[in-house]
Amino acid sequence: MTVLDQPDPQAPAVPTRQAAPARELTEQERRFVGWHLIVAIAALLVGSLMGPLQAFEYSGVNVYPWIEPIIHSYYQGLTIHGVLNALVWTTFFIVGFTNLTTIRGLQRPLSHPWINKAGFWIMVVGLLTAAVPLLGNQATVLYTFYAPLKASWAFYLGLTLVVVGSWVEGLGFYLTLWAWRKEHRGVRSPFIALGGIINAAMWQIATLGLAASILTMLLPWSLGLIDGVDPELSRTYFWFTGHPLVYFWLLPAYISWYGMLPHQAGGKLFSDSLARLSFWMFLLVSVPVGFHHQFVDPGVPQTWKWIHAGLTYSVFFPSTLTAFTVIASLEYAARKRGGTGLIGWVRQLPWTDPSVAAQLLAAILFMFGGIGGLTNASYNLNLVIHNTAWVPGHFHLTVASAVTLSFIGITYWMVPYLMNKKLWGPRVALVQAWVWFVGMIIFSNAMHVLGLLGAPRRTPLGEATYVPEAWNGNLLRVSIGGAILLVAVILYGLVMIRTAFGPKVAPEEVPAVPIAESIRHPQLTPVWLDRFKPWLLGAAVLLLIAYGPQLVDQILNMHLNAPGASFRPW
Amino acid sequence: MGIDPYEKNWMRVSILLLAVFFVIVTIGGFAMGFQVSGVSDEVDPRTLAQTEPWANPGLREVAPGEYEAYVVAQAWTFNPRVLEVPVGSKVTIYVTSSDLQHGFKVTDTNINMQIVPGQVSKLVYTFDTVGEFPYLCTEYCGTGHATMYGTVKVVAGSGTSGSDANASTSTIASSSGGATTEVTR
Ligand code: HEM
Ligand SMILES: [Cu+2]
Ligand SMILES: [Cu+2]
Repeated sequence: MTVLDQPDPQAPAVPTRQAAPARELTEQERRFVGWHLIVAIAALLVGSLMGPLQAFEYSGVNVYPWIEPIIHSYYQGLTIHGVLNALVWTTFFIVGFTNLTTIRGLQRPLSHPWINKAGFWIMVVGLLTAAVPLLGNQATVLYTFYAPLKASWAFYLGLTLVVVGSWVEGLGFYLTLWAWRKEHRGVRSPFIALGGIINAAMWQIATLGLAASILTMLLPWSLGLIDGVDPELSRTYFWFTGHPLVYFWLLPAYISWYGMLPHQAGGKLFSDSLARLSFWMFLLVSVPVGFHHQFVDPGVPQTWKWIHAGLTYSVFFPSTLTAFTVIASLEYAARKRGGTGLIGWVRQLPWTDPSVAAQLLAAILFMFGGIGGLTNASYNLNLVIHNTAWVPGHFHLTVASAVTLSFIGITYWMVPYLMNKKLWGPRVALVQAWVWFVGMIIFSNAMHVLGLLGAPRRTPLGEATYVPEAWNGNLLRVSIGGAILLVAVILYGLVMIRTAFGPKVAPEEVPAVPIAESIRHPQLTPVWLDRFKPWLLGAAVLLLIAYGPQLVDQILNMHLNAPGASFRPW
Repeated sequence: MGIDPYEKNWMRVSILLLAVFFVIVTIGGFAMGFQVSGVSDEVDPRTLAQTEPWANPGLREVAPGEYEAYVVAQAWTFNPRVLEVPVGSKVTIYVTSSDLQHGFKVTDTNINMQIVPGQVSKLVYTFDTVGEFPYLCTEYCGTGHATMYGTVKVVAGSGTSGSDANASTSTIASSSGGATTEVTR
C-alpha cells in the first residue's frame, strides 16, 4: 500500500501557476531577517551550553563553583538555559522565519516594513532589559517565574517588551497578507505564508494570559505597588499562554515539514487541504487546554481539568494528520527517486543533505515526544510524572529536538541564503545532526526513566540528599547524553560561524528558498480553509466556554495575599 | 476537498484511539479512584502560623485506621518531616505553603500535588505496604530546594512506640486493638 497507488490527482480546471521567476528576498529584507537569526542563534549557543553543565551535575560533576563569578548557581544557569533556549531562541527565530515565509510566500514586500522594524527593536530592547537581572542573579526564578518567586521588575518588563515586539511584528504580517489579498482576489493564499500568519494570530491570543499576569500582578508587585499576588491565578494565567507556546514553537517546524522539506527531498506536498486544516485546528484548540499543566493544582476543579484533558486529546489530532501528510509527502519524494518497498523507500531520501537529515531526525524524535506528550495529557497519569525528570525528558524531544533540530536544519539553507554564502562544512553539519540525535536519545531516555522512578525535575540531583543508589546508572546516562550534546552544540556553532565569515559566492551557488508545490493545485482547496474569520470566531467561542467560567471565578475570588519569601530565596 | 482514502482511515483510527484513551482515563479517574486533587480550601499564607490546624501540623486520627495529615511546606523544609502511620491506614493529606510554591510527591505512590500559597492541596491515599516513602519537594523553591523532603513511614500494624520520634516527627502509635492512640509531635 503506497500513496503512489492512488489515482493521479485530477487536472485542475483553475488558473495555471505563474511561470514568472520567484521573487526572492531583497538584500535589505535578507538583512532584516538575518538580524533575527543572529540574536536567535547566539541565544541558542549560550543557552545550550548550560544544559550539559546541568547534565554533568546529575552524576556529581559540579562545575558551578568554577564558574561562580559568571553563573552563581545551578538554578541561575537553569534560568538562563530555559529563558535563552525556550523563549529567546525560539521567538526570535520564529519571527524572523515568519518574515521570510510571508515575503517569499506572498512574493511581495512587507506592506509596512517600519512596523516590523519597530517590532524587532522592541523585542531587542526587551531582551536586553531582561538580561541585566538575569545575568546579575536578580531573576533566578526559572523561565516560568512562578509567583511568589519575585524577580527584579526589569525581568518582567523585559519579557513583556519581547512579547509586545512580537505582537507588533505580527501586525505587520496581517497587514501584508491583507494587502496581498486585495491584489489577488479569489486566489488561495500560499501555504507557507498562511501558516506563519496563523501562528502569529494564535500567539497573540495565547499571550494575553502572560500579559494579564505580568501587568496586573507581577510587575506592580515587583515595583512595590502591591504587597502580594494570587499565585494560583498567576498559574492559570501563565498556562493560558504556556501550552499554546509549545505550538507557537512547533508550527514553524510544521511549515517546513509540510511546505519545504518535501521539495528539498525532491517531491511535493501530499495534501494542501489537510496541511491547512491542521493549522486551523491548532488555532482553534491550542489555547483552551492549559489546565493540563495544572492537573495536580489546588484551586481548579477536577471537571475543568478533565475537560481540558479531552481538549488536549483533540489538539493531538492535527499532529496525527501532520504525521500522515508529511510521511506521505516524503514517500512520494523517495519513490520518485527510485525508492521501493514498504519502508525501504526511506533510504532513498537525500540523507546526505544536512538540512534534510536534521529535519528527518527531528521528526523521528518527535514521534517519541508525541507519545510521551499523550501520556502527559492523560489526566490522572499526570500523578505519576508531574514535575518529575520525565517532563524535561519529554520536552527535550519536542522543543529541544523536533523544533530546535528542525530549525537548525532550516538554518543550514537559510543562513547561506540570507548572507549569499555557501554552507561551510556540509559534512560537519551532517555529523552535527546525527550527534544531536544520538545524544538526545540517551539523555531523554534516561530522564524519562528517572522521572518514573520518582526523581524531581528542576533539581540538582547530584546535590540532593534523598537520591537512592538505584538512580545512579540513569544519572550517569544523563551526563553521557549531555556530553554528546555538548559536542553537537559546538559543531553547530562552528558551522554557523564559519559559514557567516566565509566568502560571498556567486548567486547561482546560493541556495533558494525551498518551496514544495502541492500534488493537488491549491485552488482546489475549499475557500473555508483560507479564511480567518470562521476560525477566529470558533477559537473565541471555545475559549469562552472552556476557559471563561473558571477564569472568571478565579478572578472574582482573587486574593492578593501571597507576599512570597521574607528573604531572597536564591 | 479530496482526502486520500488511506488518510481517511488514518483519521478514523486516530480519533478512535484518542476517544478510547479518554474513556479509559475517565473511568480510572471518576470510577476507580485514581483521581487528581481538586478544589479544597483556601487559607491566608500571611497568618498561617496563627490559623488552626496549620498552627499545629501533623497527624490526627479521625476514626480507627483513618487519619488526617496536615503538612506545611516552607523554604526549605516540610513540617512535619516524618509521618508515621500503621499499614492499611487511610490518610487524607492536606498540604499548604507559607511562602513559595512547592511540590509534594510521595515516591512510589499516586500522591503528587502542586503546593501553592493561599490554597490547600488535598488527596486521600491508603498506605497498603510497609516501608519508607520519601515525599520530595518537586517544585523549584530556591537554594535549598534539593534538600527539601520528608518521609512517610508505614509501619506494621502493631507495636510501634513513639519513643524514637524527634521533635518534628508525627507518630501515631496504635495498640493492636487500635483502641488507644497517641499523637506525638
Ligand atoms: C544541548 C543540549 C542540552 C542539554 C544537555 C540540556 C539539558 C537540560 C537538563 C539536564 C535540564 C533539566 C534541569 C532540571 O530539571 O533540573 C534542562 C532543562 C530545560 N531545557 Fe535543556 N538541554 C539542552 C538543550 C535544550 C534546548 C535546545 C532547549 C530548548 C530549545 C532546552 C530547553 C530546556 C528547558 C525549557 C528546560 C527547563 C528549565 C526549567 O525547568 O525551568 N534545552 N535541560
Ligand atoms: Cu501543554
Ligand atoms: Cu522545592
